Amino acid sequence: MMKLTINGKTVEARNGETILEAARKIGLDIPTLCHMEGLAPTGTCRVCVVEDRKTGKLIPSCSYPAAEGMEIATHSNQAVAARKTIIELLLASHPDDCLYCPGNGTCVLQRYAQELGVRQRSYSGARNRINLDVSSPSIIRDPEKCILCGRCVRVCSEVQGVSAIDFTGRGSGAQVACAFDEGLNISSCVNCGQCVMVCPTGSLTERRDVERVMKALDDPEVTVVVQHAPAVSVSLAEEFGLKPGSDIVDKMNAAFRRMGFDSVFPTSFSADLTVMEEANELVQRVRNGGPFPMFTSCSPGWIKFLEEFHPEMLGNASTCKSPQQMMGAVIKRLWAPANNLDPRKVFSVSIMPCTAKKFEAARPEMGGDTQDVDAVLTTRELAELIRIFGIDIAMLEGEPADSPFGDRSSAGKLFGASGGVMEAAARTAFHMLTGENLAELKLDEVRGLDEVKETTLLINGLELRVAVVSGLGNAGRLLKDIIAGKRTYHFVEVMSCPGGCINGGGQPYLTNPERVRARMQTLYEIDRNASLRVAHENPSIKALYRDFLEEPGSERAHHLLHTEYTAREVLR
Amino acid sequence: MSESSVEKIIARYPGAERDKLIPILQEVQESEGFLKRDAVVLIGKHLGVPASRIYGVATFYNQFRFEPIGRFHIQVCRGTACHVKGSLKVLESLKREIGVEPGRTTRDGLFSIEVVACIGACGLAPVISINGEFHAKLTPDDVPVLLESCRKKALEVG
Amino acid sequence: MPIILDRCCEKCSHSQAEPCPMAIECLLDGPLCHESPACSEARNTWKSKVQRSGLSQPVIFAGAGTCGLGAGAGSTIQAIREFLDTRSIPCTIVEVGCIGLCAVEPIVDIMLPGRARVSFAGVTHDRVCALLESMLERGEVPEDMALCQFTGTGETWKGVPLFSEHPFFGPQTRWVLENCGTMNPESLEEYLAAGGYRAFAVTLRTRTPESTCDIVEESGLRGRGGGGFPAGRKWRFALNTPSGSKYVICNADEGDPGAFMDRAVIEGDPHKLIEGIAIASYAVGANKAYIYIRAEYPLAIQRLRKALEQAENQGILGTNIFDSGFDLNIVIKMGAGAFVCGEETALIHSIEGHRGMPSPKPPFPAVSGLFGKPTVINNVETLANVPGILNNGPGWFRSAGTENSPGTKVFALSGKITNTGLIEVAMGTPIHDILFSMGGGIPDGKAFKAVQIGGPSGGCIPDGHTDLRIDYESLGEFGAMMGSGGLVVMDEDTCMVDVAKFFMDFIQRESCGKCIPCREGTRRLLEILNAITRGYRDETPEQALERFRGIVNLERLGQVIRKTSLCGLGQTAPNPVLSTLRWFRDEYEAHIFERKCPAGVCTGLLTFSIDEDACRGCTLCAGKCPTGAVKGARKSPHYIVTSECIGCGACLEVCPFDAVRVH
Repeated sequence: MMKLTINGKTVEARNGETILEAARKIGLDIPTLCHMEGLAPTGTCRVCVVEDRKTGKLIPSCSYPAAEGMEIATHSNQAVAARKTIIELLLASHPDDCLYCPGNGTCVLQRYAQELGVRQRSYSGARNRINLDVSSPSIIRDPEKCILCGRCVRVCSEVQGVSAIDFTGRGSGAQVACAFDEGLNISSCVNCGQCVMVCPTGSLTERRDVERVMKALDDPEVTVVVQHAPAVSVSLAEEFGLKPGSDIVDKMNAAFRRMGFDSVFPTSFSADLTVMEEANELVQRVRNGGPFPMFTSCSPGWIKFLEEFHPEMLGNASTCKSPQQMMGAVIKRLWAPANNLDPRKVFSVSIMPCTAKKFEAARPEMGGDTQDVDAVLTTRELAELIRIFGIDIAMLEGEPADSPFGDRSSAGKLFGASGGVMEAAARTAFHMLTGENLAELKLDEVRGLDEVKETTLLINGLELRVAVVSGLGNAGRLLKDIIAGKRTYHFVEVMSCPGGCINGGGQPYLTNPERVRARMQTLYEIDRNASLRVAHENPSIKALYRDFLEEPGSERAHHLLHTEYTAREVLR
Repeated sequence: MSESSVEKIIARYPGAERDKLIPILQEVQESEGFLKRDAVVLIGKHLGVPASRIYGVATFYNQFRFEPIGRFHIQVCRGTACHVKGSLKVLESLKREIGVEPGRTTRDGLFSIEVVACIGACGLAPVISINGEFHAKLTPDDVPVLLESCRKKALEVG
Repeated sequence: MPIILDRCCEKCSHSQAEPCPMAIECLLDGPLCHESPACSEARNTWKSKVQRSGLSQPVIFAGAGTCGLGAGAGSTIQAIREFLDTRSIPCTIVEVGCIGLCAVEPIVDIMLPGRARVSFAGVTHDRVCALLESMLERGEVPEDMALCQFTGTGETWKGVPLFSEHPFFGPQTRWVLENCGTMNPESLEEYLAAGGYRAFAVTLRTRTPESTCDIVEESGLRGRGGGGFPAGRKWRFALNTPSGSKYVICNADEGDPGAFMDRAVIEGDPHKLIEGIAIASYAVGANKAYIYIRAEYPLAIQRLRKALEQAENQGILGTNIFDSGFDLNIVIKMGAGAFVCGEETALIHSIEGHRGMPSPKPPFPAVSGLFGKPTVINNVETLANVPGILNNGPGWFRSAGTENSPGTKVFALSGKITNTGLIEVAMGTPIHDILFSMGGGIPDGKAFKAVQIGGPSGGCIPDGHTDLRIDYESLGEFGAMMGSGGLVVMDEDTCMVDVAKFFMDFIQRESCGKCIPCREGTRRLLEILNAITRGYRDETPEQALERFRGIVNLERLGQVIRKTSLCGLGQTAPNPVLSTLRWFRDEYEAHIFERKCPAGVCTGLLTFSIDEDACRGCTLCAGKCPTGAVKGARKSPHYIVTSECIGCGACLEVCPFDAVRVH
């Protein structure tokens, strides 16, 4: 350990720790733009410069190693003036669009300009004129607002292992772009939206569907139905200043109705449905000897990843649709006719913590005359919608969901966190194979924010090796090991986003690890306190099978709730 | 067939890793004149490097082109010594005579102009090179003469 | 070409399979393992033949470096061959590198049997005949073309200055350039016969890596690429960092516009560089070395490839070199055109196959560099000094130069100076000597204004300060920078604001774009300079306001860019602006406040008018004017409508009566 002085306070630092890390120990948060937790510093933005009192020089705190006897001033006049100039330089080539920008209020550039006291346009000059990339159904890129911090490039490459975008060109003409400056839609982008989550400005955002939903809500002839993902109700609170991690599902139901949605269903219901179909599929594979491993298919980013990079493994993916799409199919093709509604006059909306779900909803396999899901809103867009309608969500009285899809088991609710699908499916698979429930329904080994988890389930003498992985980089590596025969599993849950859907690309902008953890803990708490904890005991599910689907894996179920995926030719 | 020439080059780097990317790109450009999209995709597959990465690397360096050059590729040195000795006027003369901006090729594919960083022949500034052959101590009046001899050469060879 | 790999006779214990550690020394001093007058004699014969003492027929040396070729050496050589063929004269032609006086290329040397070798200047293909007739047929030196002669090569000629007394060559201390322009760069034999690779062989056999680092550190050799960091100390950092693999990289990117000394060394004496790299690799513990050379140097690359091949064939590179247990493989990597790749970490990324964007330092490459391993990066000139130091000792190296900057430096002289080319002088030489004695002063009787040193990272030394001595400390105190040693001379017709703009434009193009201060800051600096040099015709009131405010911001912005940029390119980017602003503030003020360019360069600020008295009304100017701003009837004085004039200067160029005036 070594001792150094920061702003007059003595701090102890380990060998190899940076000044930034040392400063954080005493609660000092030095401003950064390009820094990414857990990844090596690149020294790109220079905003984190601090003054070395001994030499009088400015050094980058994110990468400079702490040394014995250093005297650092993090906010000396020189350091602050340098930071201010750097922000002013960024502003000089930035569109003055704050009022119109989706980043208004969350943009880090905006925040620093305010905090550093920027009050005039010191520098102005030519700006690059670059077109928007609106080719993707999920993500919109506005390169004019890009400050080239590199976080999107790094998350796409180092965390997700996709590398759809990279720095191109050089100098002030440098841009973040896809290969050959093509649009995102023909690149290898899987729509996961992690880039949107790390972008400090409004340069990367999701494609907006708010207007389309409002139009449907306003149309008296259209029945607007909404489903909401398990992660949403434990994340929405943050958008309204409520305690992060609070579950406000009942208030959310009420808010939906205030806005004019005709029916509100939790996607956790169709998550239960997915559990039934998928557990059944797993059991069938166990009986038939394969193919193993079976991969979950509820993460559309993961599916696109397989289609682009490992189409040879598509046969291993579960043929189940995702809960979103199962709900969409059930609504349009069972519920609507059963209620004498023309499916073309039913507008099916889903609220997701995800950007890839927008892509999924538009897939040709996911619909007939109309798409099963007509519009997907991210958690952020839902918050915006609630504000547009002037609703004070905190003041609402809670309301329950609608029948017949209002019941859900807590297993379905667990889908929001990494390991949740596995846990839910395991509970039902056990029952399908043994006729009984697990003695202990909680499977600790698959819970938590570790990126790769594995365990063995003992079911009647059968050893089922399972793994849970989140983050596509991890999934890709695991997949390579599986293909090479280094690891073998029967069942693998894959979620594109590290930590699961609670950390998805559509979540509130100010997501941080504490909030992700809070959301996850709430899901576990819901499971702990629930009376209905397994999908196969959900009465609404039983009713659905009884009245429409017959049994899991039936031909009707297959037709409605399953699909196939194919190889995708992209520029990669 | 151009794809097979790229494949031939790639075949000479079996088991190659990322650090062979630039040499391979250089060889492919040497052989084909510029980098085609198909070539980039092939190289990417061979090295296990994503296309966006290769594009990012190729667009960083001055050397790589994504469009073909003219039969006579003229490189004008942008170095200090050449600048001080009047390279700008030589460049303007070239632009006037040929009719294209630097970085472009004439429609008939005969000439292309590129402004390059210092060639290193500063003692003989201003310097240009045509297809690798250096011409030193150039004045704007020398330009039409040089271009004419290129045109003649093109006609002879056919 | 069997030299080292062969045994000299059956008694010799050396063989290709088991190379003798004394093989190199034995070439000149041997035979060492056995007594044999015949073998001694064979060696002497070989050495004489290679060094061309006791010639039976004349030898012609043609300077065929890039400079020479650019001046027409190709046609000259062709003409020489034709002459020899048609007249059936037996004569050898040897192509050599740059001797350094580029201004008078093509340079051809002729050595007649028994007579001193004479250099001739300006030998274009049309003068070949006269020269060869005079020398080869009449045995006479045509004095109008004679440049100098070399003592020690034969009987001297009357009336031809000696190399050691020539105003350009005489004052030089040619250590790095000792073989450039005189030795055949494609002959390993010539290099060996002159004592080449002896330092490497002796080091391998008798010194440890530690002691090798010691020697270099004691010599005080500092990085010649611009950093000036003590080479021996850098080597030691790498030596002391434990690692399975280590690397040496020779930085031959030479991106500084105005610098071409590395090119000359590689084209003229590639083996010296290879020897330097080999010694460095041994000292550091590296078994693989890279030479990162810019693609714009095709001839240098060609010479290097050949030299490496020769060295490999003779067992100077490869495995178990001279039975020492040391392996070394040297690989050439071509740059792809990016000035920023001259920066250490950017260079490393380029070799790794990435965009050449720098990384934060610390960690330094000597500790964690290429592929994360300890890597020593040295400039060509630095490495070319190493064999000399190991051969002659640190004391020898310190015999030239100053206390803190020992040794010599190669400078590239270009711009408005008579003797453009390369010189190598002891550190601490006053600039005055370089410019006005060796350099031959400013041509066309123009007044000296300033000399830019250090390229786009450097500063200028104006008139009145040429007593400044060139070494790291003196330059640093003055506020300039050695850089790679490019000296670009400027005269009264150079506009210093234009020069600052030129460098800023260069920096902007070459900035990698990674860090904000450099990418955005230099762009703003360039815009301010553009605003200053832009014509009033093109300016809006807002832009005029920008122009004034720009100056205020120039210095402040320059400071932030200097203090916060990620790498040396950004950190030194404001130097040309701040340096010219410091010494030529009046020129800046003339541009800003009076809207004039005193040197007459910034076309936007020039006003053209026609002197009525001088004009004959020939209408040539009106014909050339691209905007039709020149008006007037035939045979009567013409005039220029200023509001339509774009200041291109075409009228000035074409007027036969010198009637166009520029203000």
